[in-house]
Amino acid sequence: MEKAVLTVIGKDRTGIIHGVSGVLLDADINIMDISQTIMQDMFTMVMLVDIANSKVEFTSLKEILREEGKRLGVEITICHEQIFNSMHRI
Amino acid sequence: MINNYEVIETLKMINQENLDVRTVTMGISLRDCAHSDPKIACQNIYDKITKYAEKLVPVAEGIETELGIPIVNKRISVTPISIVAESSHTDNYTCFAKALQKAADEVGVNFLGGFSALVHKGLTKGDDILINSIPEALTATRNICSSVNVASLKTGLNMDAVKRMGEVIVDLAHRTKDQDSIGCAKLVVFANAVEDNPFMAGAFHGIGEPECVINVGVSGPGVVHSALKKVKGADFETVAETIKKTAFKITRTGHMVAQEAAKRLGVPFGIVDLSLAPTHAIGDSVARILEEMGLERCGTHGTTAALALLNDAVKKGGMFASSFVGGLSGAFIPVSEDEGMIEAAAMGALSLDKLEAMTCVCSVGLDMIAVPGDTPASTISAIIADEAAIGVVNQKTTAVRVIPAYGKKEGDFVEFGGLLGKAPVMGVHPYSSEEFIARGGRIPAPIQSLKN
Repeated sequence: MEKAVLTVIGKDRTGIIHGVSGVLLDADINIMDISQTIMQDMFTMVMLVDIANSKVEFTSLKEILREEGKRLGVEITICHEQIFNSMHRI
Repeated sequence: MINNYEVIETLKMINQENLDVRTVTMGISLRDCAHSDPKIACQNIYDKITKYAEKLVPVAEGIETELGIPIVNKRISVTPISIVAESSHTDNYTCFAKALQKAADEVGVNFLGGFSALVHKGLTKGDDILINSIPEALTATRNICSSVNVASLKTGLNMDAVKRMGEVIVDLAHRTKDQDSIGCAKLVVFANAVEDNPFMAGAFHGIGEPECVINVGVSGPGVVHSALKKVKGADFETVAETIKKTAFKITRTGHMVAQEAAKRLGVPFGIVDLSLAPTHAIGDSVARILEEMGLERCGTHGTTAALALLNDAVKKGGMFASSFVGGLSGAFIPVSEDEGMIEAAAMGALSLDKLEAMTCVCSVGLDMIAVPGDTPASTISAIIADEAAIGVVNQKTTAVRVIPAYGKKEGDFVEFGGLLGKAPVMGVHPYSSEEFIARGGRIPAPIQSLKN
């Protein structure tokens, strides 16, 4: 298992989860957890995904998600879970 | 799972507050490159660096992509060249600097440090040639950095070397006068230099270091500044606590990147340098942190105390985050590379004397300060001597990186471009130190050195 954290931040609208999960489905990436909140008036979604079997190389995946974010009018980022664990967990 | 607030906090630090890993620096020993024929020695150096550091840049870029944290600089430090070149039959080491430049270009690093000599007690033949070669070598290369250690706690101050370095700096300023004397921005004069510093221009791979090592320098003045904005008006205990917590988070990130880079490159991890290194970008300034504590301008009364608090809290937070903390580890105050310092110096709020006082309580020293082009070499030597005395007596590293900007006078601006930034020319004292510097010899080691 290789965990990554995907975040979506922006104005809420219909089809965000649909759009993002579509990209992940195409890449064979499993969604392990989803949570969403409204933080400082912004729609914020955090997904924990398993990229171990991803068909798409990480750099390309980042780019595809960025494009999808543009289409949806939100900002999508993905990075390995490691950075959050190192900063917030001892 | 990490909660949403934590995820967003991390992303905000990176995207809005300029959190980054300032440098991943690979230290490479060149001790086995020595040869009596300088051409062969240079070839050995080129071959070794390009072999060891071949993957440094792509690996660092891979980590950036996957972890989402920028690694601003990829750099190399090498064994002090005076040691490596000493057995070569030549009286000029410029060819070594050129070989280093060629290797740096080949592997794609933006700075390579180690055109250095350690002369705190005296000069060997190689040290002598190296110091003589500095002006030509730094003029003939773009990305090679040089440093000379002229004092240490155990040996005191080598005042002959201090005198020479003042002259070298003036010579270098003249030779690079077409670019605002930029050569001097690549030369540091140290007291108590450290062997594992990943930051330029003072990085070199010390003689106690392994064959190859990865050292990482973290940064994040913007993150500390943002954290302090949230505790406006609170007492100093709260301020210190806030900085400590933030420094911990920053350092953990650096530590993780260092370990990851070391693992992927198959090289031992050395240290994390817990420095707050500013850039001239808005929101990445150490001066603004001091101002956030309640000072109208950086440089006014209270600045030294504010910096002492900042420096100490950064260390306390950082040392808990990584078992191997080293390098310089403290807040940097390079004038030309800090947007708030540039403004404070330009408006006259921050003087050279105040900067000197500030160096007593932080790392590292008088850094990236432009002084008038007609400053005598003896005055620059005297500035170095003052700074070295602070370092030696306080048992800390201090350094001088001043630029006597050719043809410029107090109040003018010098523009170095890129990371080195821009700086207002600051005034120096007009009274002579000539006779003081002309004495030569050594200033004995202070009583603090007698610990055995």
